[in-house]
Amino acid sequence: MFDLTPEEWTAVALSLRIALAATAAALPLGIAVAWLLARKNFWGKALLDAMVHLPLVLPPVVTGYLLLIWFGRKGPVGAFLADHFGIVFSFRWTGAALACGVMAFPLLVRAIRLSFESIDRRLEDAASTLGASGFWVFVTVTLPLALPGVIAGMVLCFAKALGEFGATITFVSNIPGETQTISAAIYTLTQVPGGDAAALRLVAVAVVISFAALIASEWFARRAGLRYHGD
Amino acid sequence: MLSVNVEKRLGEITVATTFETAGGVTALFGPSGAGKTSIVNMIAGLIAPDRGRIALDDTVLFDSAARINLPPHRRRIGYVFQEGRLFPHLSVAQNLDYGRWIGGFDPDAAERARIVDLLDIGALLGRRPGRLSGGERQRVAVGRALLMKPRLLLLDEPLASLDRARKLEILPYLARLRDEAKVPMIYVSHQAGEILRLASQVVRIEDGRVLAVGGLELLDAEPAH
Repeated sequence: MFDLTPEEWTAVALSLRIALAATAAALPLGIAVAWLLARKNFWGKALLDAMVHLPLVLPPVVTGYLLLIWFGRKGPVGAFLADHFGIVFSFRWTGAALACGVMAFPLLVRAIRLSFESIDRRLEDAASTLGASGFWVFVTVTLPLALPGVIAGMVLCFAKALGEFGATITFVSNIPGETQTISAAIYTLTQVPGGDAAALRLVAVAVVISFAALIASEWFARRAGLRYHGD
Repeated sequence: MLSVNVEKRLGEITVATTFETAGGVTALFGPSGAGKTSIVNMIAGLIAPDRGRIALDDTVLFDSAARINLPPHRRRIGYVFQEGRLFPHLSVAQNLDYGRWIGGFDPDAAERARIVDLLDIGALLGRRPGRLSGGERQRVAVGRALLMKPRLLLLDEPLASLDRARKLEILPYLARLRDEAKVPMIYVSHQAGEILRLASQVVRIEDGRVLAVGGLELLDAEPAH
């Protein structure tokens, strides 16, 4: 389909892996945070809300640098994780996934939170009178009804993770085969003479992947919507 | 037997209610805004009274002095809401079976068949709630509440959202329910006609207070609205 060199395929595969890992890791936490923000009042809620949204407004380079300070091999969190669990983020693809997950997190939380807030709470009351505890109300009523929003959030998260550049390159650099994503590869190619053709090929791939993700999400969301209104 | 003695401040009005029911169908009768729904919500556990005590047979559901407040999912009180509140993402059959499934009870096929037959909803089982008529929706809502084998069934103006023809369609089912299901019921309405058809005991409520407890003669006292 695309006449890509092995190095270019590597960048594409790596981008997909990083974006998928970032989305999968961010999802459970994103659902939990969205639920807290939508349903609970607690001390520090405004602070949590602001922290979640911070990566959206901070320059990505700043986010990347903060990650480097905290999650780098010598950073407080990074050193702890490396010493006790053998998890290393700096200059690894896992670090790229972390950066992408952090950058995409606000979009994920926002979409899921909105769909939690739009659910008819009276249906949750009905479930509780039928014998469902809080946890089971959430699993059998809240979450299924929020599904279209959850899917939309996942797609936004995936797309953002796929295109993330500033925080990733600051945190884990631009190492071919380890942290060089499509975006980083395109950036590198535009910096060298004669790289235009290769850059354009990767641009085409990025367009196709993003397009496919959008169509897939539309399809899922419509199917989920049909389940509630069809017969 | 249900005994209710509660006080709850709700904005402008204060609900301060004391009554007991003896089983059968008890109507909570009074004008809109009298606090009837709030009383039923307190019995179900959806809102907590400021003060008081609610007991069903020998189970204390709420007691502010003893700091008891059983959560709704542990009360086993069926609730038919004015708007049905069927789960839109589940089929009619799944809605009906929700209570037994979530409670971890084995399905009771005979009981289910009996209730499906009683409410005449057999043809609807595969449908989604979004495609039901108002009357069908309320019949399924009644079935869903009954199938969890409640100790008490609360019906909060179950016919209010229906037009006259639909009301007449549902009333006979509710009358059959009263005669066959043997579940004590609290029936909330501001329509004397419905109550006349169904109830044996009437609790008259106005401005959050019980005016009188008695028989159907209370309906004639004066118009409720």
